[in-house]
Amino acid sequence: MNMIPRFKWLPTPYRSLLLFIVWLLLNQSAAFIHLFFGAFLAITIPWICYRLRDPQPLIQRPLLTLRYLLRVFADIVTANAEVALLILGPIKRLRPAFVRVPLDLQHNLPLTILAGTVSMTPGTVSADIYPTVEHLGPDDPLPQRWLLIHVLDLEDEAALIATIKSRYEAPLKEIFQC
Amino acid sequence: MQNWMEWAVAFFLLLGGCFVLIGSIGLVRMPDFFTRLHGPTKATTLGMGGILLGSIFYFSMSPETLSVHEMLITIFLLITAPVSAHMLIKTALHHRLKAVEHTQGEQELKRGQAFASKEGNRSETPEDQ
Amino acid sequence: MLSYVIFSVFGMISLALLLNLWRLMRGPSLPDRILALDTMYINSIALIILYGLLMGSPLYFEAALLIAMIGFISTVAVCKFLLRGDIIE
Repeated sequence: MNMIPRFKWLPTPYRSLLLFIVWLLLNQSAAFIHLFFGAFLAITIPWICYRLRDPQPLIQRPLLTLRYLLRVFADIVTANAEVALLILGPIKRLRPAFVRVPLDLQHNLPLTILAGTVSMTPGTVSADIYPTVEHLGPDDPLPQRWLLIHVLDLEDEAALIATIKSRYEAPLKEIFQC
Repeated sequence: MQNWMEWAVAFFLLLGGCFVLIGSIGLVRMPDFFTRLHGPTKATTLGMGGILLGSIFYFSMSPETLSVHEMLITIFLLITAPVSAHMLIKTALHHRLKAVEHTQGEQELKRGQAFASKEGNRSETPEDQ
Repeated sequence: MLSYVIFSVFGMISLALLLNLWRLMRGPSLPDRILALDTMYINSIALIILYGLLMGSPLYFEAALLIAMIGFISTVAVCKFLLRGDIIE
């Protein structure tokens, strides 16, 4: 896990890119003045905000990140169609369940992304990550952490946990190298 | 070309409207809070995506203009929907809402509730955990 | 043809808003009501976008974006208040 940015003046390159794209979308134009001002804002805002934040792990594998985003997007569409069918189907036959998933990830940023992905994709909503570690000192051993999720229609608990771990958690580990 | 675009607009608008409606039906039909949460967070978000795509196609129909800033709302909703769902379900755990009887994993729910209420008091005494 | 489609989607979303209103009145618990409000703001964004389509004006986009932001912040603030009894600690 690498937390030290490569350039001092550009601490978070991908966030800068996102800000630049959002600025262009907001103005709906690619004229020179918008390109110039967008680039100015995209460099200045992260530069000012960087020292106000805790250091976050950096994205190490940009191409894998892109693939992960596309995969999650496709999963959102299919999973939501499934959820729509479940909602319209007979309610008595639903098998709601609480499941906890053991986590390998440690840092808060990948955990947040994982919880968000789980909420959006396969008929599940992430409920909690416990135990909290904020009160621990830097040298204390980290406990095993769990992600509590609620499933709308549970078929096989072990298969669901295996899917979440291999399909969403493993790429995140690869992306942040942690 | 014009005709084809019009069909695309109609398709996406109807798809989005159906998903939004299904999300709200889920909000009404489901038996307990935890199952109710699934409809609005997932189906409604996809429905909004459909309606906004329809809007993008509609305003891009005239040849010289291109309208893409609806993408911003889609991206914003995609990012914020899981966050608000997470906050809502945490609130439900903290308030110890009941799940329907045949929910599996009762002890997981109990454990989650215990952690959620402990965390609620964390601001006073962080040391005594 | 398109105006028929827009009007029928108007009908769907209005029905969805009525269902949300029912859940808001019915409860039974506070998180249920917050969830109903959360869904209502998303549905009202859809209504505004559709109204913009009907009027043929892209100006309504900004109102929709503002409602999206304010709705998200208020949902999180209310949840935080119920969770901790305090919004900013």
